[in-house]
This record gives sequence, structure tokens and C-alpha cells, in this order.
Amino acid sequence: MNSSMVIGQYVPGDSPVHRMDPRAKITIIFFFVIVVFFANSVASYGSLALFALLSVGITKIPPRFIAKGLKPVWFLIIFTFILHLVVTKEGNVLFSVLGFDVYSGALIQGVAISLRFFLLILITSLLTLTTTPIAITDAIESILHPLKKVKFPVHELALMMSISLRFIPTLMQETEKISKAQASRGVDFRTGPIKERLKAIVPLLVPLFVSAFKRAEELAMAMEARGYQGGEGRTKLRELALRKVDYAVLVLFTFVIIAVFLTRA
Amino acid sequence: MEQSFLEFQNVSFQYREDSPIVLDDVSIQVNQNEWVAVIGHNGSGKSTMAKLMNGLLSPNEGYVYVDGLLLSEENIWEIRRKVGMVFQNPDNQFVGTTVKDDVAFGLENHGIPREEMVKRIAHSLKAVGMEEYEDHEPHRLSGGQKQRVAIASVLAVAPSMVILDEATAMLDPKGRKEIMHTVNQVRQERDVSVVTITHDLNEVTLADRVIVMNKGNVWFEGTPRELFEQKEDLQSIGLDIPLVSKFAHELKGLGLDVKTQPLNHEELMDELWTLHSTT
Repeated sequence: MNSSMVIGQYVPGDSPVHRMDPRAKITIIFFFVIVVFFANSVASYGSLALFALLSVGITKIPPRFIAKGLKPVWFLIIFTFILHLVVTKEGNVLFSVLGFDVYSGALIQGVAISLRFFLLILITSLLTLTTTPIAITDAIESILHPLKKVKFPVHELALMMSISLRFIPTLMQETEKISKAQASRGVDFRTGPIKERLKAIVPLLVPLFVSAFKRAEELAMAMEARGYQGGEGRTKLRELALRKVDYAVLVLFTFVIIAVFLTRA
Repeated sequence: MEQSFLEFQNVSFQYREDSPIVLDDVSIQVNQNEWVAVIGHNGSGKSTMAKLMNGLLSPNEGYVYVDGLLLSEENIWEIRRKVGMVFQNPDNQFVGTTVKDDVAFGLENHGIPREEMVKRIAHSLKAVGMEEYEDHEPHRLSGGQKQRVAIASVLAVAPSMVILDEATAMLDPKGRKEIMHTVNQVRQERDVSVVTITHDLNEVTLADRVIVMNKGNVWFEGTPRELFEQKEDLQSIGLDIPLVSKFAHELKGLGLDVKTQPLNHEELMDELWTLHSTT
């Protein structure tokens, strides 16, 4: 199978971060994202950066995978940095380039905002790098479980997610097959003006949708034949359990949050 | 007298009131531990028959009894637990993200406790020879392997009957052989009735009994050997007989005294080398 078949960016491994309960990971990331916006001093940024880098270090994931995840946002980070340099006019003039005065406040602000961005992306991509999509689905189902009381279809949502995950490779294979079949009939997907290329996608999408609906129908029948009758009375094979490592990390993270608020300027 | 497990009493079915009748007053039965093959060309009603057996469809007229119970809205889930079904397309019945999860799906639906589930998954995967693939995703399996997982998923629920609805139709010859081998194996180890809906006449030879469907009616019922003796009639409704049987028919036509209708190469060979022996 080619590498494009891999769903998401999960990198298999056996680090403590990999083994953590996905719920714990999601909770930490959720609060990390909030707390990042409260940081405004060297020490507060420092403690968050230290936590993030330490986590990355423990995973033992090769940096190139992490760099790959950051690739689409580098531009954004650099752009924000430059924008801040140009727009902010606080503090003293440090130097001027091409007639633009660069202020000291601008430099600090630029670095801070870029760092904030960087940390956000780093810690969220760590979730998808160390957790399988199906584990994330399980965690979401478990976290949203209380919403069942207000009739929110938590189980159905989770099942939908896991079925989508399962069918992504199947539909990708199918797309490839259809595009080859159409190409053999002279449809050109690669050259020509954009308008023409977009038009060429139609004969690809129509059969794909038709077959996806057919699949859905057959799958529904197969599920029914195997006794599926909604979430009531169902047991689960995969179980989530918080273990010592999860509690330890949660406690550690609480200290990080406290540190951030104590060291705020 | 063998115990009947499934029974159709004068079952008629049509998809809509204005659409043609798919099954017309069909009465059949399947005994416990019996292997029944249902054949017929497209539109003969054989797949519809399979779907009536576990309540995916319900008859317009007549009654369906499973294990002594009349199929109805109330007992439908109980009956689906007793009657497992494997479908044609290997991809469109694979619900879980891995082999293990897929086998678990049926068990989860029936509320089997987790410890029991783990045991049953291991056991049924072993029964179909897929125990090494527990953590594989479906796209890393061949069609035949996926169908074996589908069989394992059905077996895990411990049904009394397994229906294979053209389960080998989309497989290559190797995959077909795998599936038939698996079914044979399972039949030896467990008490299950098997109903195979098929186009493949070689599969028919393995069954205890054959039901031939034509235009919504039961056209023939009997052993495979009996079936292949009626060559012309079978061809008149658009079905053919296996090569071995054809060969035996030709030999008979040439005046050779072929006594029993051979079902496979070995039987034909035995028939041939004993042809002139007088003892």
C-alpha cells in the first residue's frame, strides 16, 4: 500500500505520550490552547514552551514529522512576525530598514505572537501525531457522554466518525480507479486551464457519489443483519482507562498553569 | 427425522405493490446442520429469499419460522442473533476500523460483556484462520481475507445458521476456495446450518441439498447429484452444469456405462478406472 493510504499523521510509537489516555491528552490540549493566550512574560511563555518541548522530546518522534505538520503554518507565523514589526510603534527605535523604523516593542510583540502560534500548532499536532484517529473518536465519545442527557446523539456521532475513518482508504482507492478509468477515455485531469480541469472533476465525482451511496445502503443492511439497533444496550470492546501516567501528567500540567498565572506581567 | 431449523410456509414477496412478484408461494425448509445451496440466475428471487430468512425483508404473504419462532417485529433481534449473514461485497460489510473491531461490532450490538467478547473474538478469528491479522485495517486485506473476517464476525455471535449471500461472487478463484474451505471447516467444528446463495456451480457440489429457483418459484429440490443428472432441463432455465458432469454426460452419450453422476474430479476418475472392471 502506498503512503497516501495512511490516515492522518499518526506516527506509531511506544512513548508515554503515545500510551496516555486520549481523553487526558485532549483535556490538556484544550486548556493549553486557552492558557497560551494568558501568557505575557518571558517566564510564562518559558514554562509553556518547556512543557511543549518536553512533551515533544518524550514522544521520540523524528523532528522531520513534526516539521511536516508545521509546514503549512510557517508562512503564517513569519507573516504575523513581519506584520507586527511594521505596524507596532511602541518603545524605542532600534534600527531602520529601507526607511521603516523598527521599534523594540514591535520586536517583542512579534516574537511573542509568533511563539504563541508556534506553541499552539506544535501541541495540537502532537495529539494527531501520537494518537490514532479511532482513539480520538473514542475519547470524543467519552468526553461528550454527559450530553446524552440532553438527547445529543453522542454514540451516533462517534459511530459516524469511525465509519468515515474506515471508509477513507476505500473511497481513495475508488477515486484512483475511477480517475484511471476516465483518463483512459481521454479525460485530462492534469493539464489545461483551471476551468477545464475543474470540469474534468465532474465525471470523477458523479460515479464516486453514486457508489458511496450504494455502499452506504449495503453497509446499513449489513449492520442491521448483525444486530445493530442504536446505542442502547451496547457494550464496547475498546475501553479507555486513566492510569498513573495520565494523572501524573495532569498534575504536572496543573503546575504549569499555576506557574503561568503567577509569572504573568 | 431431522429437525427443521428454518421454514418458509407459502411465502410470497414483492418489493412494491405495483412491482413484479419476486417470490411466489414458496415453501421450503432447512434442517439443523444441513448445508443447502440456493441457485438460480439473476432475478430468480434467491437473494430476496436470503433476506427474508433473517427479517431484513418481511413476506407479503405466508410465514417464516426460525427455530420454531414465527418471525415478527418482536423477536426480530433474537432471530438475527440466530441467523448470521455474509453479504456479497467484502468492503461494504466491514464496519470496524480493524479486524478485531469488526468482529467485535456484532458482539457489541448484542451487549456481550467485554471479557467474553475478547475470548470470542480470538476464538472465531482462529476458526477462520485470521488470528494473525487481528490489528490489520481492512484496506490491507485481500477480498478473500475480508470475507473470512465477515464469517468470523458472524460466528462470534454463535448463530445456529449462517447465510452466505453470494459471498464468493466478487472474489478471485483463490478467494473462493479459501471461503469454501473455511465454511467446510466451520461445519465440522460447530453445529451450524449453512445456506449458500450462489451462481457458482462448483460450490453447489459441496452442499447436502440444492434448491434451484426460477422466476420466483422452487424449480428443483434435491441432492447435487440428482440435479446434475438433468442436464437439458437445467440448461433450459439458463443454468449450466459443472465441467465434470458435462463430461460424464458426454461419455454416457458415447455409450459408456457411467453409473453414478460424478461431482468432482476424483469421483469421475474413480468412475473411469472402474468402468470395465467386472467385480
